[in-house]
Amino acid sequence: MRRVAPVLEVLVPLALLGVWALWSANSDTFYYPPLTDILSTFNETWVFERVGSDVVPSLLRLTAGYLLAVAIAVLVGIPLGLNATARRAAAPIVEFLRAIPPPALLPLAIVVVGVGNSMKVLIIAFVCLWPVLLNTIDGIRGIDPTLNDTARVYGVSRFATLPAAAPQIFAGMRTSLSLAVIMMVISEMVASTNGIGFFVLQSQRSFAIPEMWSGILLLGILGYALNLLFTVVERRVLAWHRGAHA
Amino acid sequence: MLEIRHLSKSYGDTQAIADVDFAVEEREFVSVVGPSGCGKTTLLKCIAGLLAPTSGEVVLQENRVMALVFQEYSRSLMPWLSVRRNVALPIRKRPDRARLVEEAVEAVGLTDALDRYPWQLSGGMQQRVAIARALAYQPQVLLMDEPFASVDAQTRADLEDLILEVRERYDVTIVFVTHDIDESVYLSDRIVVLAPSPTTVKEILEVDLPRPRDQVETKELPEFARLRAHVYRLIKREEAEVTR
Repeated sequence: MRRVAPVLEVLVPLALLGVWALWSANSDTFYYPPLTDILSTFNETWVFERVGSDVVPSLLRLTAGYLLAVAIAVLVGIPLGLNATARRAAAPIVEFLRAIPPPALLPLAIVVVGVGNSMKVLIIAFVCLWPVLLNTIDGIRGIDPTLNDTARVYGVSRFATLPAAAPQIFAGMRTSLSLAVIMMVISEMVASTNGIGFFVLQSQRSFAIPEMWSGILLLGILGYALNLLFTVVERRVLAWHRGAHA
Repeated sequence: MLEIRHLSKSYGDTQAIADVDFAVEEREFVSVVGPSGCGKTTLLKCIAGLLAPTSGEVVLQENRVMALVFQEYSRSLMPWLSVRRNVALPIRKRPDRARLVEEAVEAVGLTDALDRYPWQLSGGMQQRVAIARALAYQPQVLLMDEPFASVDAQTRADLEDLILEVRERYDVTIVFVTHDIDESVYLSDRIVVLAPSPTTVKEILEVDLPRPRDQVETKELPEFARLRAHVYRLIKREEAEVTR
């Protein structure tokens, strides 16, 4: 089974693509062009014609927003995790802000910060903040009391025990990563002059259907690749955690 | 050099420790035994300064340092640090830390495991790491809270002998909490027997067994059997009275 699994991981998507290609081969429906058309458009568009004009700006916004969110969430989450009073005071605010459907903030963000990059970065950051923040608070709270006692007995700062919360922080970061992709696309669809989200909507509006499909395909691939990258980083950083719970 | 003066500890209306009073001399090995749930850990945490006593006090001679070895070794070691860095944790700002770490790790026989991680080691080895960390801190008093309760019998005997060896080498005073009567008799100079909660001191007895001690020979001595039976009766009688 262990040997079959990696093969399946490649074979199943390829098989599905094959089915799609066969099914759509003779399609003359305007909205469902043959897969071959989509792929050749994909090739013309994304290798590497629009990488600089659309993919790079999108990825920069995503990275900036995501990292900003993680940094703020961890910095705010640590004191909240350590201090019950602060946690109680912050809880209603956190719950309220996190309950706002993020797209509802877009009109406000456009009015306040304009339609530029900073608006998109802020929207992405705002959405990504909550899963990481809540997981950081919970992770810090959940640090084994024995570990804290150990730090106290040896006169070591409590900060020395904080890596114990890393597995949970990473769980939050994983959730946020997919949210970041979603918000990147939404923010680019509302007010933008470039980006993958902008390209998909623009293609649809100009009836460039294969282009629209190629953009959707690219977004899927991008999300997959980001998740893969995240897994690699996580395995590295949390090697001790995997080992300790094997 | 360590005095526990009329210490009591309450949680709200519940009194966990009523009155515990005893002193520990320089270089002495004192065991604290008692029936389970008699507040041994609470007492040790009060001594270590992790809990504030409700009344009474713990007085440590000036310029003396205490270290504590926990029962749950797997939870008191940092799983993300190697053995070397775990042991160095309490002394990481000292210039001579490399030497202190190596000495301590050597004393517990773990030199080969210096760059491994706690989770790669067996339970007994993990507890050795915790002991090495305490030793590297260079305390005059070593507090141990049922340190060998979660290892198998053979490892336990090895660790008991190890702690006696290490005690000679580091010239350290040991306060050793256990619920194992044999262990307390085997290791100690004196045994403090506690009565169940709310805890008081039932009796303090001298252990006049020759040193160095030996797992086989010491335990064959009539005096060992006598002491063991004596402590056993003290504790069992208490338990019987509580159930009645």
